[in-house]
Amino acid sequence: MNLIFDTHWVMMLILLPLFGAVACFLWSRQAVTLGLITAVSVLLSVIALTLQVLEQGTLRYAVGGWGAPLGIDLYVDGLSLLMLIVTAVVGVAISVYSSAYFKPGKAKHYWPLWMFLWAALNSLFLSADIFNLYVTLELMGLAAVALVALSGSASALAAAMRYLLISLLGSLFYLMGVALLYHAYGTVDIALLAQQVESSPAVWAAIGLMVTGLLLKIALFPLHFWLPAAHSSAPAPVSALLSALVVKASFYILLRLWLDVFPEANLALSYLLGLLGASAIIWGGIQALYQTRLKLLIAYSTVMQIGYLFLAFPLASIIGWKAVFYLLLSHAIAKTAMFMAAGNILFYGGHDQIADLDRVAQRLPITLTAFGLAGISLMGLPPSGGFIAKWLLLEAIILSGQWWWAIILIAGGLLTGAYVFKVIGFAFTQAEVPHEPRMVPKRMEWVTLTVAVLAIMLGFMAPQLLALMDLGAPFGETMS
Amino acid sequence: MINTIFLYALAGVGLFSLGLYALIVHAHLLRKILAINIMGSGVFLVLVSLADRTQGIAPDPVPHAMVITGIVVAVSATALALTLMLRVRSETGQAELLEEPPK
Repeated sequence: MNLIFDTHWVMMLILLPLFGAVACFLWSRQAVTLGLITAVSVLLSVIALTLQVLEQGTLRYAVGGWGAPLGIDLYVDGLSLLMLIVTAVVGVAISVYSSAYFKPGKAKHYWPLWMFLWAALNSLFLSADIFNLYVTLELMGLAAVALVALSGSASALAAAMRYLLISLLGSLFYLMGVALLYHAYGTVDIALLAQQVESSPAVWAAIGLMVTGLLLKIALFPLHFWLPAAHSSAPAPVSALLSALVVKASFYILLRLWLDVFPEANLALSYLLGLLGASAIIWGGIQALYQTRLKLLIAYSTVMQIGYLFLAFPLASIIGWKAVFYLLLSHAIAKTAMFMAAGNILFYGGHDQIADLDRVAQRLPITLTAFGLAGISLMGLPPSGGFIAKWLLLEAIILSGQWWWAIILIAGGLLTGAYVFKVIGFAFTQAEVPHEPRMVPKRMEWVTLTVAVLAIMLGFMAPQLLALMDLGAPFGETMS
Repeated sequence: MINTIFLYALAGVGLFSLGLYALIVHAHLLRKILAINIMGSGVFLVLVSLADRTQGIAPDPVPHAMVITGIVVAVSATALALTLMLRVRSETGQAELLEEPPK
């Protein structure tokens, strides 16, 4: 047992995928095997870290023994731990899926990039200072852009280029904010900043810059224009990674800063964010309904689900924050399953036109079941993870007395139902133009179903997950 | 009286805004990539100039370290952007992003 409690698992979480990436690059013929080994060992490390944190409480690790303010600190509390867990679970599932999805020519490019992305994500969630967050944000962005360009088609390249420019622009806004905060307080450590930051013009300028930069990367309406193209033109496993994890990582930074660094949040700004979130739900939902291609529909659904995450800002209660964090986790799992299902359908028929799905229900029953289960979680029907999250959100809304957000919540659920059933409906009808089918590897279908079942199971894990969120009180001390 | 340090920081903000303007108005990708780099230089100038807070005493080294890290990031990002631009040009025949609804 000492092995578990004495090893520095936080370092393993960054080093393992980094070494994995280099190994996949050097021995590209064995990339699939090496990648799968890395994926499983990262998952095991996350489990070990969870045990360690449950035993010893929140964890702070000074890299190289330097310590803040000069060195780089890594920090684990409930918020970062849950992000690491969901990344590891989605990561392993996507690794298994990709091991069958890519042809060898593509696989040798895919695996190193995906491992680099994983390393960037893990170090982002572990960062304890706002400058390190900038560096990891850039690492994540560069790996993600390269993954979008992977298919090499003209539309994918254009989407990747636009994504890169947006991503760099967002990072520079964020970095300018870091510069102003450092000038004002002489530190970039989140914990030290939290003690010192007070309302002042320089701080508000920094908040404006950082929030703008992050909103660009999170793709909150109306800054979502780049997302549908980037997420839908990438290969299916990459779409899943982007929607489930990459967008969420930027939201994680915003959440951290909002809860810890920014002084008593400005009421007008939090209402603005809530309003933009509400617009994203309605706009994304309507756009998703109008799409004729399955992957674009799912991408617009991501635009919509991002909107939900911002409903917690005007509520500003612990239960509200927990609700959207729960939503973030269940959306990550459900959206992974949904993009994987779309990948299977695309693999099978060679296209993803919704009107020509051509009796997918009979031909890929496992995939369609998975799609339906993921849809249940997105709609927020019991007993899924999405249901618990929306229930909590409704409770927070009622407690705050701001009933109008509940209308948006219900309208969003109906819109989600409409576009999920649109897809399922066409899955039972025969297409006018028959397509030459290609067998989908069994592994891809089963892993899709497993992830979809997990999205439902998340509804039964509420007590454990909510208890983990309290670790280190990232959302503030609970009164009761 | 405005001291020189403040002037440098203002110049940094100026570069940042100029870069942002150029990024928005120019269609050619090389110009967009240059614009991003100019914005980055603006941020770096702000970081370095604000490090010299107390005159006569050696400036704070931490922002300098940040700028060096930032330059490394900027170089890698520019390399990726240029490669992508060349690929976009060889696929579509022009180094511009067309305004087209994703299909």
